[in-house]
Amino acid sequence: MIASGTDQVPERIAAALEPRFTVVRETSRRARQVWLDTFDRRLHAAGLALRQVAGAGCDELVLSTSADADVACERLQAPRWPRLLDVIPAGPLRDRLEPVVEIRALLPLARAEGTLTRLRVLNRQRKTVAHITVDAASLVRPAPGVLPTRLVIAPVRGYQTAADRAGRLLTAADGFAPSRHPAIESVLEMTGQRPGDSAGSGEITLSPAMPARGALAGVLLRLADTITANVSFVIRDVDIEFLHDLRVAVRRTRSALKLAGDALPAGMAARFAPEFKWLGDLTTPTRDLDVYLAGFDQMAAGLSAASPGDLEPFRAHLAARRRTERRRLVRGLRSARFTGLMADWRSALEAAAEPSPGPEPDIGSLAADRIARAHRRVLRLGSALARAGSGDGPSGTDLHSLRKRCKELRYLLEFFGSLYDPAAYRRAVKNLKGLQDCLGEFQDGEVQREAIRGFAAQMLARRDVRAAGRQAAARRQAAAPPTAAELAATLLAMGELTAQLHARQLRGRAEVADRFAQFTRARILRTLGIADRAARS
Amino acid sequence: MRVIATYNIKGGVGKTSAAVNLAYLSAADGYRTLLWDLDPQAAASYVFRVKPRVKGGAKALIRGARPLDDAIKGTDFDGLDLLPADFTYRNMDLALNQAKRPTRRLSRLLGPLADEYDVVFLDCPPSISLVSENILHAVHVLLVPLIPTTLSERTFDQLTSFIDDQTGRKPEVLAFFSLVDRRKRLHRDITTRLPAGRSDVATAIIPSMTLVEQMSVRRAPVPAFAPRSAAAQHYRELWAELRARARLR
Repeated sequence: MIASGTDQVPERIAAALEPRFTVVRETSRRARQVWLDTFDRRLHAAGLALRQVAGAGCDELVLSTSADADVACERLQAPRWPRLLDVIPAGPLRDRLEPVVEIRALLPLARAEGTLTRLRVLNRQRKTVAHITVDAASLVRPAPGVLPTRLVIAPVRGYQTAADRAGRLLTAADGFAPSRHPAIESVLEMTGQRPGDSAGSGEITLSPAMPARGALAGVLLRLADTITANVSFVIRDVDIEFLHDLRVAVRRTRSALKLAGDALPAGMAARFAPEFKWLGDLTTPTRDLDVYLAGFDQMAAGLSAASPGDLEPFRAHLAARRRTERRRLVRGLRSARFTGLMADWRSALEAAAEPSPGPEPDIGSLAADRIARAHRRVLRLGSALARAGSGDGPSGTDLHSLRKRCKELRYLLEFFGSLYDPAAYRRAVKNLKGLQDCLGEFQDGEVQREAIRGFAAQMLARRDVRAAGRQAAARRQAAAPPTAAELAATLLAMGELTAQLHARQLRGRAEVADRFAQFTRARILRTLGIADRAARS
Repeated sequence: MRVIATYNIKGGVGKTSAAVNLAYLSAADGYRTLLWDLDPQAAASYVFRVKPRVKGGAKALIRGARPLDDAIKGTDFDGLDLLPADFTYRNMDLALNQAKRPTRRLSRLLGPLADEYDVVFLDCPPSISLVSENILHAVHVLLVPLIPTTLSERTFDQLTSFIDDQTGRKPEVLAFFSLVDRRKRLHRDITTRLPAGRSDVATAIIPSMTLVEQMSVRRAPVPAFAPRSAAAQHYRELWAELRARARLR
């Protein structure tokens, strides 16, 4: 419920409820509130709102539903947000948040300061039948502003009827009205953070008749926004998804330059492609290590001969490598090269987005042409593999080429997705994804096996360095170095991991033929309504 | 969930005062607490300003036609709920007698509350009846207020031997001296002699104090309206002993 104005709200409530109920002021305290959500607004999407309430001896995290009903709460001294979920002690609140928030960090959306006044509503026997909390607060960040004064009526157990009656009396009184939307919506509205506005998550909707160059530049500008929006979070290492999102935007940019760069002004693709390759390469080592570390427990749980504990020195090694790689990544993202790249790229795109005087191809035809071409390449390579498919099956190199062609097709589909019927688009991507998954299983297994060999060599080399008395190197490592016996156990466990990966690779390879046949049958061009002229001629 | 009953065959010994104050202290310690006012005189319900009425009365509750859950009322204190008394509780023996396994009925009724409460207090009517027998089966600790007289010592012995004769799980018994008047020599003698010899008598005592009588005027537990009073302190000491006896973490 909302009270108009901020003056004497408790007194006005008391007047509205008389003579049926008496209102007693129980507590009144200054409170700071911080609304929290993930960068991609997962809580909001799940119909939840999380806020930290702090002040006057009370620190708690409160989770409420879109109907403003509190569902879980945990006492917690306000940490410095953003933080990952592990800051919240195990309990009902964390259980409720975990499936929604997953590995993302909780970021502060807005901060407010104000007064929380708790009133007791007494019946004629002077028994408390409900509590009313009056929340009068003003936003402090990101922009100042007075929030509507909210009233939350909480019935005492067994007195719902009386609380409902109090609610009805208030609604009927002047200056009180039922709230049309939950508190978080007012906060988002006032701070200009409407749901889905999280920087970079919005997609540009293309229509087929748009001039190709301008439309392409528009989508690329949006991807540049995503890259920029994620950078500061990557630098602060808030959660690993920021780097992932940044990389996806870079990959999409690179494939647009490669596969449709000719639609941009002459020389632009050739100028920027090597720079985005540099940016992509800069991010790869940290991302690979993020993936390893995030899946580490699952990987360790899959061991049968070795025990998961044997892998701990491997985990420590990965964490140390990640620290090193992250320093390199942060240096790169703070470099003049990166800042210059983004500034030049943006001004080039803005120039390209200007309408050109002469006739231009439309984005619908460009997209159809490029998707059809990429599709043909996948079919050609895949059919050749299927024909050669005997004995041990296709070679690793051939599968890798097919995977790269599939990726190109996937990026084009995603890049131009908004041109097509959403259901058809989803079907097309799903079919392609089936094929990509088993190719990925094979290729990732190959890459990971190589990487594990590399890590093993690094671990042995580092041990030799320490054994030679280079104490300074050892001091840099927080954890004590593993003994020879521990290292041997770790290496054996790592060997078992490579064996598991190999088994996965074989399974992936065995599936490729079937998946490819399914992909061919799916006729995704027809699904999307794209005519493949070259195939017909 | 731990179930504690305040019980004595005799009336007017401070059962309800103990139940109300200890339930309040339990909730104040963070235990989710329910107090079931089983006494048709409804003194505990009166203190908490809850109407002594349960829809369908004792019969509906005992038969399970109305879950206990539905009849529970929140008190004015966080974490403390009350299952009010009803005048029909005076016929609870009849209702129990008509139920299946009549001596275990209360225990079964309390079962579903285990997720919701950490501690349940039963404020029992003074008698030896089917209700008392039910209570012995349902509770973990039987808290017995005793007025320090030779006669009440005998009554307590009778009660402990009655419990010893029961089959199945037996509750822990903890007696405490209530309405103690330090000016009386007999009171002084008994309250020092008896706890020394036996583990089932609490060292904490509740003196006879005006403030305790004030509960029915102020209609609130003593530690709520006079938190710094000596009376509140005595109840806190008793609660500390009871909490240990009930093995509450």
